[in-house]
Amino acid sequence: MPLGLRSRFVRFGALVVLLASLGAFAPGFAGAQSAPADSVPALAPPRGLVYADVPGDAGLAVELSWTLSPDDSVGTGLVTGYFLERSTAPGGPWTVVDSVVARTASYTDQSIRRDTPYFYRVGVFGPRGSVLAGAAAGPAIGRSSWFHSSRASVLAFLLLFFLLVLYYMYMAQLGRKPFVRRLAGIDAIEEAIGRATEMGRPVLYVPGVQDIDEIQTVAGLVILESVARMTARYDTPLRVPVAYPIPFTIAQEMVRSGHAHAGRPDAYDPDCVQFVSPEQFAYVAAITGIMMREKPAAHIFMGSFYGESLMLAETGFANGAIQVAGTANVHQLPFFVVACDYTLIGEEIFAASAYLSGEARLVGGLKGADMLKLVIVAVVLIGCALETFGIHGLTTWMQTQ
Amino acid sequence: MKREIPLFLTALIGAIVVAGFFVPHQWVSVPADFLQRCAVIVVAFGYALGGANVIRVNLEGIARRQTDWPYKLVLLAGMLATLVFGLFVDRAAFQDPGTVSVWIYDNIYVPMNSTMFALLAFFIASAAFRAFRVRSTEAALLAASALIVMLGRVPLGDFVMAGLFDHEGLPDFVRHWRLEPVQQWIMDFPQNAAKRAILIGAAMGVMATGLRVILGIERSYLGGSD
Repeated sequence: MPLGLRSRFVRFGALVVLLASLGAFAPGFAGAQSAPADSVPALAPPRGLVYADVPGDAGLAVELSWTLSPDDSVGTGLVTGYFLERSTAPGGPWTVVDSVVARTASYTDQSIRRDTPYFYRVGVFGPRGSVLAGAAAGPAIGRSSWFHSSRASVLAFLLLFFLLVLYYMYMAQLGRKPFVRRLAGIDAIEEAIGRATEMGRPVLYVPGVQDIDEIQTVAGLVILESVARMTARYDTPLRVPVAYPIPFTIAQEMVRSGHAHAGRPDAYDPDCVQFVSPEQFAYVAAITGIMMREKPAAHIFMGSFYGESLMLAETGFANGAIQVAGTANVHQLPFFVVACDYTLIGEEIFAASAYLSGEARLVGGLKGADMLKLVIVAVVLIGCALETFGIHGLTTWMQTQ
Repeated sequence: MKREIPLFLTALIGAIVVAGFFVPHQWVSVPADFLQRCAVIVVAFGYALGGANVIRVNLEGIARRQTDWPYKLVLLAGMLATLVFGLFVDRAAFQDPGTVSVWIYDNIYVPMNSTMFALLAFFIASAAFRAFRVRSTEAALLAASALIVMLGRVPLGDFVMAGLFDHEGLPDFVRHWRLEPVQQWIMDFPQNAAKRAILIGAAMGVMATGLRVILGIERSYLGGSD
C-alpha cells in the first residue's frame, strides 16, 4: 500500500473513531435535534373574550365567549380545557370561576351579583402548562329584565285563553249556558256509589299520589266533594287514603263540605280521610290492603298517577269492585283503560267539577277552553303551511325557554 | 271574612307566581321564590297533622281489634322506632352512612319498596292478557298494533320475520321486510298524535282549573261552593 494512501486511510479511520466516540460519550448530541423541556413552546392563548348580559333573567348571569386557542384542534391533545377568572376590578385580585373542556368557546357565569361590574379573563391549560389571554374583558354587569321575551307566545296564548274563558263565563251567567256532552265516566260515579250502597260496602276514593302543587290533585279533590255529597246522601261509608299532608287536610274539608251540602253534617267521620304516606309503594300497599280487607264495592281513582296505577286498578279488578278512574298522565291512561270500567281521559278530569256542579260560570269556562283548542288547531295548521314554504317566523316565536 | 281572606290570599299568591314566570325582575321573582319556599314550611306543619292522623286511626284500629290489627301495631312500632332513632340517636347525622336511620332505609325500606315494584310485572301480564282479547274491531286494532310494537322492539321480532319471509325466490322488499320500521312509524305518528292531543287538552284543563282557583270561581276547597 503506498504511504500516502495508507496515511489517508489512517486519518479516515481516526475520524470515524472520533465521531463514534462523540456519539458514545455525548448523549446530548443525538438529542440536540428536539428542543429541551424548558424550551417547549407555550400554548397559544385564546383570544377575543366577549361578554354579554343574559337577556330575560333576574340579572344573575353573564354570557362569555371567546375564540379557541390555535393549538386546540382535534387529535393534538395539546389543550385540556379553558379556565375563567373573575374580578370586580380590572387589576384583580382574580378568582377562578370555572373551567370547561377543550373545544368549548362559551360559558355562562350564573354566580354573579346583580348590578355589579365584573372583569373576566380566559386562559388555556394543557400538558404544557397554562397561559392566560392578555387582556381582561369588562365590566360585565348583570341587569334585571322586566319581561322574559322568549315567553311572549306563552303570554299571548294565556291572555287569549283568559279572555275567552271570562267571556264565556260572563255569557253563561247571562243565561247562555253552553251544552256539555255526557261524560260516561262521571255518570258512572253515581252508579258505582249506588251499587256500593246496595251492597252495604264502602266507597274507596283515591285522589292520586301527588302533592297539592299538582293541579290534577286539585281536580281530584274537587270531585271528592261531589262524591262525598252522594255518599252522605246514601249513607254509604267513604274511605279516602291520601298521600301528602296538605291534600289530606283539604280532603277532610271536602268530605266535611260534602256532608254539609247533603244535609248530613252529623254523618261526617273525620277518620274516613286517612293520611298514609308520600312514599309511592307504601301508599300502594296501604290502599291495596284496604281493598282486600274492607272489600269496597266502588273504587274511584281521580288525580295524578304513575307506576302504581296498574297495581291499584288490577287489585281492584281482582276484588270485583266497579272502578272509575281519571288522570291526565298519558302514560298511565292505557293501564286504567284496561283495568277499570270507566276512564276519564286527560281534560275530562278537569271538566268533571263543572259537569257535576252544573254551575254556569264553571261550564262557561269549559267552552272558553274549547275555543282556545280551536285556536291552537288553527295555529298548528298555519305553522305547518308556513314551514312548508320556508317561513320560520311563527315557529321561532312559539319556541320558549 | 272566613272565606274572603283565603280567597284574596289565593288570588294574590297565584297572580304573583304566574307573573314570576313572565317577569324575571327581582321585584317579582324574589317574592315568587319566597312564596314557594313558604310552601315548604306549610307542608312541614302538614306532616305533623298527618302523623297525628296515622297514630290516631291506627290506635283506634288496635283498640277495636279491627281485622288484621297486628299489622297496625307493626306500622306504629316501625313509625315510632324510625322517629326515635332519627330524632334522638342519629340527630343531624341521620343521613350519614353507619347510622341506624340509614340502616333502616337500606335494609327494610328499600327491599320492601323493591318487592312492591317487582309485583308490577305480574300485574302487567294479567292486564295485558285482558287488554289483548279481541272482542271488537277497535280491540283487534289495539291488539295488532301492540303485537307489532312489542315484537318490533326486541330481537326476536326480526328473527321471526326473517324466518317467515327471508327465503329465496321471494321479492327483495318482502325478504327484507322487518317490524322495526313499522313499530317506529306507529310510535312516531298515530301514537304521538293521540298523545299530544290528550296533552294539549289536559294543558287547557290545567290552565282553566288554575284560573278558576285564582279568580275564586272554584272555591269548594274552602268548604263549599257558595
